[in-house]
Amino acid sequence: MIDHIIETSQLTKSFQGQPALRGLDLRVPTGSIFGFLGRNGAGKTTTIKTLMGLLRSDGGTARVFGNPVSDADRSIEIRRRIGFVTEDKELYPYMTVEQIVRFTRPFFPKWRDDLEQRYLKMFELPPKKKIPDLSKGMRSKLMLLLAISRGAELLILDEPTDGLDPAATEDVLRELVAIAASEGTTMFFSSHQLSEVELIADYIGIIDQGKMMVAGSLDDMKAQYQRLQIVFPNSVELPTRWVPGVEHVRQEGRVLSILASHNVDAIIEQARSLPGTSVESFPVTLKEIFLEHVRSN
Amino acid sequence: MIFRLNQSSGIPLYLQLIEQVKHAVETGALREGDQLPTIRKVAVDLVMNPNTVVRAYRELEHEGILDLKHGSGAFIKESAGGRARVLRKAQALVQSAMERLAPLGLTEDELRRVFENELAQSRTARQLEGKP
Repeated sequence: MIDHIIETSQLTKSFQGQPALRGLDLRVPTGSIFGFLGRNGAGKTTTIKTLMGLLRSDGGTARVFGNPVSDADRSIEIRRRIGFVTEDKELYPYMTVEQIVRFTRPFFPKWRDDLEQRYLKMFELPPKKKIPDLSKGMRSKLMLLLAISRGAELLILDEPTDGLDPAATEDVLRELVAIAASEGTTMFFSSHQLSEVELIADYIGIIDQGKMMVAGSLDDMKAQYQRLQIVFPNSVELPTRWVPGVEHVRQEGRVLSILASHNVDAIIEQARSLPGTSVESFPVTLKEIFLEHVRSN
Repeated sequence: MIFRLNQSSGIPLYLQLIEQVKHAVETGALREGDQLPTIRKVAVDLVMNPNTVVRAYRELEHEGILDLKHGSGAFIKESAGGRARVLRKAQALVQSAMERLAPLGLTEDELRRVFENELAQSRTARQLEGKP
């Protein structure tokens, strides 16, 4: 088995001279649930479309299952092994729920009738209803059903819970987790919902302006990032240079708030070396890490 | 389910699971031979990543608290109870220290800071001696 089910290197793409991807490096470990985060227009959908072979990059390489996505012969083979939910939730408008399931099934030799039946029931999808008459949430669920039932090794999900109410979101997340646990499916999903990413992702990547700002294991990231609060007496002259790892310093009166990305022990030591200071450290949430990386640009 | 997650705390979820198992062992809520829920069940019930549950269970196995039997699940190890006894002894020591601190009238936060400061000091001292 390959280590990284998705791997891009220096991927670039422009639209009418406007760069959307500026040398994107992305590595998604096989078996992970990878949360792909970024603001609107950061390049998430462009990345996803490139990975699915729906867009051709201007430069760099992208591999899925170890195969270059630009290789037309392999492209169909790659897509057969991927299940996806696209952002626009577009499906053939003239079909009913029942018809599109029947239409999709024969394309996929590993189609799972058990999963199809289970999700039809669980998502309460009306079989006779035409696709345009479904709500956005229903369409999301239908796409998810089609993606999951094909027995894919990799699910690529562009905003899978977009348009779902909180109860439906919980249902979908729970099912994604169940699929990952029982089938070992790798999931690559984009989202704005940091709280849901924080729950189900074990790896994350934050993209901003077409570049990967930070990526890696979420737990490791949380272990490395700390917020330090330093209280110092008036007499102390604060250092103008901090040891590496200090990302952000904010001073309010005699309180200094530091966001550290790594090297926390050394930073604490430096702070403690100032006479009369006290240092406290606090864990950092994904939201703080996210804002730190997209705000500074 | 013995587990509950606090998402807003910023503490990695696998550490939260580990702490909760240890706590349950220390209080006697989990005893030798007790079985923990399967990875899939924890993941689905708490809506969290199964790999994160695996990581917590592996770490607990590494620390000698859990026994992971392939296919049949995770069990609290016999020796885990021994650790609990040591911790209860430590708890008694802390209790007597608390009683002596009581006349100083410190708040809970202040006490915590004093304790954490002491931990940090001994950590630094150990590092200076080149010990882990």
